[in-house]
Amino acid sequence: MDIYAVRRNIVGGIIILVALLFLVKLFSIQVLDKSYQLSADNNVLRRITQYPARGLIYDRDSNLVVYNQAAYDIMVTPNRIQKFDTTEFCNILDISKSYLKNKLDSAKNYSYYKPSPFLKLVSSKTYATLQEKLYKFQGFFVQPRTVRKYEDSVAAHALGYVGEVNDKLLDTSDYYKSGDYVGISGIEKSYERYLRGKKGVKMYLVDVHNRIKGSYKDGKFDEKAEKGSNIISTLSLDLQRYGEKLMQNKIGSIVALEPKTGEILTLVSTPNYDPERLVGRKRGQNYQKLNNDTLEPLFNRALMASYPPGSTFKVMNAMIGLQEGVVSTRTKFGCRGGFYYGNFHVGCHDHKSPTNLIESIQVSCNAYYCNTFLRTLNNPDYKWPGEALNQWETYVESFGFGNRLNIDLPNELPGLVPNSTYYDNIYPAGRWKALNVVSLAIGQGEIGTTPIQMANMTAAIANRGHYYTPHIVKNIEGEETINQRFKKKKETKIDSSYIETVIEGMDLAVNGPAGSGSTARTAALDSITVCGKTGTAENPHGKDHSIFIAFAPKNDPKIAIAVYIENGGFGATWAAPTAKLMIEKYLNNKISVKWWEKYVTEKNLIKGRHEKED
Amino acid sequence: MRRKINVWTNIDWFTVILYVVLVFIGWLTIYSALYNEEHQSIFDFSQRYGKQLLWISAAFLIAILIMVIDSNFFSFFAYGFYVLVIILLIAVLFVGEEIHGSKAWLRIGSVRFQPAEFAKIATALTIAKYLSSFNIKLNEFKTYLKVTGLILLPLALIFIQDAGTALVFVAFILPLYREGLSSAVLLLGVYLILLFVLSFLIDKLILALGAILLAHLVFLFIQRNFKMMLASLFIFIGIAAIFLGIDEFTNLNIEYIYIILGGFLLSSIIYLVAAYYYKISKVPLYILFVFFSIAFTYSIDFVFDSFLQPHQQKRIVQLMGIEDSPQGAGYNVNQSIIAIGSGGFSGKGYLKGTQTKYDFVPEQSTDFIFSTIGEEFGFVGSFIIIVLFVILLLRLVFLAERQRSFFSRIYGYGVISVLLFHFTINIGMTIGLVPVIGIPLPFISYGGSSLWAFTMMLFIFIRLDVSRLKVLR
Repeated sequence: MDIYAVRRNIVGGIIILVALLFLVKLFSIQVLDKSYQLSADNNVLRRITQYPARGLIYDRDSNLVVYNQAAYDIMVTPNRIQKFDTTEFCNILDISKSYLKNKLDSAKNYSYYKPSPFLKLVSSKTYATLQEKLYKFQGFFVQPRTVRKYEDSVAAHALGYVGEVNDKLLDTSDYYKSGDYVGISGIEKSYERYLRGKKGVKMYLVDVHNRIKGSYKDGKFDEKAEKGSNIISTLSLDLQRYGEKLMQNKIGSIVALEPKTGEILTLVSTPNYDPERLVGRKRGQNYQKLNNDTLEPLFNRALMASYPPGSTFKVMNAMIGLQEGVVSTRTKFGCRGGFYYGNFHVGCHDHKSPTNLIESIQVSCNAYYCNTFLRTLNNPDYKWPGEALNQWETYVESFGFGNRLNIDLPNELPGLVPNSTYYDNIYPAGRWKALNVVSLAIGQGEIGTTPIQMANMTAAIANRGHYYTPHIVKNIEGEETINQRFKKKKETKIDSSYIETVIEGMDLAVNGPAGSGSTARTAALDSITVCGKTGTAENPHGKDHSIFIAFAPKNDPKIAIAVYIENGGFGATWAAPTAKLMIEKYLNNKISVKWWEKYVTEKNLIKGRHEKED
Repeated sequence: MRRKINVWTNIDWFTVILYVVLVFIGWLTIYSALYNEEHQSIFDFSQRYGKQLLWISAAFLIAILIMVIDSNFFSFFAYGFYVLVIILLIAVLFVGEEIHGSKAWLRIGSVRFQPAEFAKIATALTIAKYLSSFNIKLNEFKTYLKVTGLILLPLALIFIQDAGTALVFVAFILPLYREGLSSAVLLLGVYLILLFVLSFLIDKLILALGAILLAHLVFLFIQRNFKMMLASLFIFIGIAAIFLGIDEFTNLNIEYIYIILGGFLLSSIIYLVAAYYYKISKVPLYILFVFFSIAFTYSIDFVFDSFLQPHQQKRIVQLMGIEDSPQGAGYNVNQSIIAIGSGGFSGKGYLKGTQTKYDFVPEQSTDFIFSTIGEEFGFVGSFIIIVLFVILLLRLVFLAERQRSFFSRIYGYGVISVLLFHFTINIGMTIGLVPVIGIPLPFISYGGSSLWAFTMMLFIFIRLDVSRLKVLR
């Protein structure tokens, strides 16, 4: 029919050629080469996943904090089970017969051919006993694992814990398989990628009687596990221990930073728990218990509790007032029992009057700040208080408030810094007045800050106008540097000269002579110039919260700290001395004020915390 | 004037029976590959073997449906079907579901299917329609260019989701060849594949020399001028030697490949001059051939390093036998070969394949299903399956050749080429002759989507064959 018809032969030829090629190869491997038959008999393979040792975690002075210990998972492959002595088996493993039956049933449901976990994390002792007799129990084998072990029972929140990977992660990830461990909170989670190393595989040949005959192909297809990278955290184990001791029987948190770098020296949240409780087989049980505890020990207050900052926030309003030019160091306001404006009244404790700006910080005068804040919002440079408030908001946010600081720990709360839009939704839009929101002046009202944000602000003040994003890891083994964002200097919007002024106030607040009205004298130390600000946050449900921020020494500061003690009353009562002890511990490594130490450590604020103070 | 065609008497029952046999074998093999003591009935619908029965039943319905449709339907809607498939292929890129790492599935209600499977049918129909249209001259370059475009479009779209499936479209070179595509193109294709493989195994320097030698041999074969060829060869060798000498003498240490290239470049100038003077034809073509070959081997390296993912690189490299891969592809094929090899002459018996039973050949109900056959029925079984496929394909060639219409014949060769490609790659992969490209074995591998697509593809051709006497052109 056409000239190309002959090509059908070529096509037919190609078909036959391919078939012949295949038949030759098949003949060669099926008939000629006998080795495959042997391979097949011994070819029941067992893949044992090599779980690498998880990276260790050290503190900033290279003390070991978290390390690993061996544990063993017992796996079962249902279709290889032969009859066995169930009594003996249950005895060795210390399990009940019903557990045995249930577990075997669920293994069969999962897969007849694939291994699944039968009993997880048995001790080395049980493993040793079982291993001797394993040949009697066909279908079972052992998968070695590592679990975490802690040098001390501190820093549970910061370190985080490790648990089995959940379904969501299994679906989205290529790397994780069911039964793998993954960091779930804290450093374990945020540095999971480095800590986990890389899983390896060892292939063993197992004969028809389930005995290991040796490595498959001399380990040619094995993949070496790579152990996890060690991490040096910024925490000081000593300081952390000390902080947790001081905070025992109290609810609250301590965050201390190194102002020059943003490194987190300590992250305390109490009540806390012993990290060892979330390791191993008891983890599920213990987690439930902790979760149900009404004091919420699992809750990391340092990052996740948003409080109104109280009087500690006055330093911010002072700086903003100075920067906006509505007050100067010489501006004075009187205070006789508080702030009055028409029918409006904000109370204040007894102190000298009038005060200038520096003195207002020293004595923590509410009236001074109500006045300053009103001037800030009613500034004629702006069309209406809302616009001024938005400007106020940018100042506040430049210190790290109102948004997550984006540290290298998960679950940060952003806090809340209200702006004009926020109030437009509460009050008649565009028509509310400065007086409606004046509680912001003294750090009350709608504003919410977390302890780490307060510590960060303190660090920014200590640095006279800039900060580095707080971070908890100093160094990752094998990596040149930690994430670049921690190296970037972040500038606040306040001139350093104004900050110096405020620092004078903070100095005076702590170190002012007796009787001068300094609110933070309980934070003073002989050998170190501590600068700080007390705060007392109103608590409608019980005793007020005691807050204190501080940095030391005044010149060339080495530590910036924020202490929150719920139901602690005045800032000076508990928070300030706690801060002082932490500072002295960190800077001098010994405590000169032993009486204070005993006093703070022994105080129990959890009892009776719902009783309101008179 | 339409003759009434009795479908029943004109169906090629031979092909239909072969189809049913293969499908049935597939079903039984899936049962064996996935045999689960807890679900012993082959009709257990919670298991794949039960499900395959459902897919098979649906496939039979599809086949019957196709036989009922008028045969003109297919050529009439060929282009429309093509456009629809292209739209679906684009849709899958955006709203497709990802299964096993490739985003190739569309979901309509509770049914999932792969547009790529149906793209093969649409493309075959479209090529057939295009090449059989009036005014299309079959040996014009322009025509082939357009056809290539029709093939490349779905290929490119599918390549994004799954490179392996996209490769099937290369098979359409076969119907083109049958309709008059120059055999030079086919030979070029084979040459490129050869070059591709060799570029991993042999040093590029030697390949370059080889290409030069080959060019000379082809020159000899076509121009039949022995003296010229010899002269040309000596010129090249001479110049290259001189360059080599200069390099040694001056200790410049230029890489040998540049010496060769430089030498050949200079020689080319001489060749071109000589060609003009002595009126020798096609010399520029040979020169281009050499440079192209060398460029090709280098670009393979470049593409390999820059565009291929590590797991794809691994697959190719382990196929060449250069590097044994730890896990993954190398291991899978190894297991498959052991399974097949251990089948011996007559196999271990139905349901008794230990390798496949213990789940050590992966994808054993889909891509590696041939391993189960090889293990359980040995060489005898493998032989029978291969022979069945060969008979089917040759029968299809016979059917294609007896078509009076270009459309039916071209479509027929389209079907043959797709089936041949799947057959070659799939079985070749299980015995280690071909890289692991995950494509199913037609009619036998588990899978509703692919079974339906292959059934449709085949039965459209059977339907066209039924009406072959109706047609005048």
